[in-house]
Amino acid sequence: MGLFDKFKSLLFGKGDVSEGTQDEKPVASKQDEPVSAMHKSPVNEAKPADMKVEQKPIIQKPKEEKPVADKITVGHVHMSGCTGCLVSLADNYEGLLTILDKYADLVYCLTLADVRHIPKMDVALVEGSVCLNDECSMEEILETRENATIVVALGGCACYGNTTRFCRGGQQNQPQHEAFLPIGDLIKVDVYIPACAPTPQQIRNVCLMAYLLLKGNDEQKALATAYLTPLMNLAAAGTEACGCDLMTEVINQGLCCGCGSCAAACTVRAVTMQYGKPQVERDLCIKCGACYAQCPRSFFSFDVCGQYESITNLITEVMKP
Amino acid sequence: MEYLGQYKAVYKAKAGCEDILAKSQDGGIVTAMFAYALETGIIDGAIVAGPGDEAYKPEPMIATTVDELLAARGTKYSISPNMALIKEATRSYGLDKIGIVGTPCQIQALRKAQLYPIGMRDVPDKIALAMGIFCMENFPYQGLFQMVEDHCATKIDNVTKMDIGKGKFSVYTERGVNSQIPLKVTHKYEQPGCHVCLDYVANMADISTGSVGTPDGWSTVFVRSAAGEAAFNKAVEAGWIVAESMDGVKPGLELVTKLATEKIDKNKSYIEHRNHAEHAALKPLRNPYI
Repeated sequence: MGLFDKFKSLLFGKGDVSEGTQDEKPVASKQDEPVSAMHKSPVNEAKPADMKVEQKPIIQKPKEEKPVADKITVGHVHMSGCTGCLVSLADNYEGLLTILDKYADLVYCLTLADVRHIPKMDVALVEGSVCLNDECSMEEILETRENATIVVALGGCACYGNTTRFCRGGQQNQPQHEAFLPIGDLIKVDVYIPACAPTPQQIRNVCLMAYLLLKGNDEQKALATAYLTPLMNLAAAGTEACGCDLMTEVINQGLCCGCGSCAAACTVRAVTMQYGKPQVERDLCIKCGACYAQCPRSFFSFDVCGQYESITNLITEVMKP
Repeated sequence: MEYLGQYKAVYKAKAGCEDILAKSQDGGIVTAMFAYALETGIIDGAIVAGPGDEAYKPEPMIATTVDELLAARGTKYSISPNMALIKEATRSYGLDKIGIVGTPCQIQALRKAQLYPIGMRDVPDKIALAMGIFCMENFPYQGLFQMVEDHCATKIDNVTKMDIGKGKFSVYTERGVNSQIPLKVTHKYEQPGCHVCLDYVANMADISTGSVGTPDGWSTVFVRSAAGEAAFNKAVEAGWIVAESMDGVKPGLELVTKLATEKIDKNKSYIEHRNHAEHAALKPLRNPYI
């Protein structure tokens, strides 16, 4: 930016901004207008004021349509994880844009929102487990609990430790980092989204239901509560999971119906069906908790699942861009 | 009504094609619906209980052609974990529109997978047609084997057809010999998980069907969802399925309601019994329905 430019903006640019296009960045308007003025009027002396009359409605329209005030604030807090959960969140593709447009502001997120410190927010999606050997992690998880209304453990590491359970330290840069805990061992967690990685659809559903819970009418609040209750119960139930849960909590309890959901849910193909019952290869199990959480006999709500058609339609409808 | 779930219409129906009827338990509705849906592109493939490596031991398989579908038809009274293939179908097979047949518990698992897709990435929107079958209980393969070989004194390899009806489990062989045992005998071979099931007619399927309530050779069909209704009406229009009104049909919905009530009430009280409220010394067992 030369002196000449500064001078020019003092003379013309600033005057332009203060008169009309307050919503636009001064730099952008300064660059655009002379060009558009040249195109639209063959006469050289196009008055900036004439152009602004045309531009105003175009700028204002979308701003009025967005229900910005009703959005909830969501943050993605990254602890010791592989960023797979964040990728999963982003894998909602245009759905993520719809969520950010209409329902949630991303106020804190690695790569996607450039914020240094954990701000106040409605929902914190926490990825990864907490390393006890890392002071910063310990501070951040406490900060998250203090600043977030709802803390969601996103993914196997945050819920159950997942692969970080197998950490023995000795990694480059930080060989002393060896003790990792799921966040529920340190702070109170409200909602669990298990699995490694959690699915984009499950994250989307929880985000939408959190929105309904915080901003919806009574009926929507009831639906969101019914939907989120099993995931809250998972959070209350504990911080340990592995394929063995299928054995101890389902088969041993005489509940397994042999549907095969667990085998389909397993990311690492540790679960196979033998004589209609799951068989877990324990050496392969990474303790992500997906198989048990997916089992229809771990939790099942007739109120929620019975309305699958209307809920599915609702989600499809609200996710329209 | 509560016991039969929500439905838009109920019919007495059978497949319009003799080929399908030849080996079906009754109306051949599942095979006919899937064959029609495959032909017309409503689905790209269907997860069905296919033949396994041992006689009458079903293995879930993905049928993408009518021939594969026909090879899998017929009722097998043992566990086929069809849900196990649901993600595989979207991956290895790359299906966008999946048909799946299942017992009520499997359809429950399917709907849970759609609303809580915890380990089911990109699965929820790919379910095009869920066919549910009436189910009182299911048998592990070894249980079925015991019933056939021990109680019915028939080599399972020689069995051409099995069926359950009129209070009896019947086994047919090629020589026409059939042996029957009362269902009372079969109860102890049921898988325990069936005893907490609160669904008889697959309340959450798009279409559910079973032989109870209609004369031999026909099936009772509940059309439940918008997707199910659209597909079923088209199949009837195209002649793949013959559907008639349930009005005045002999055992009719009364029998279906009676069996559903029996099953659900019995299982509800079993779930309560698992609470062990009557035994102060016993801890409660897990209740899957929160």
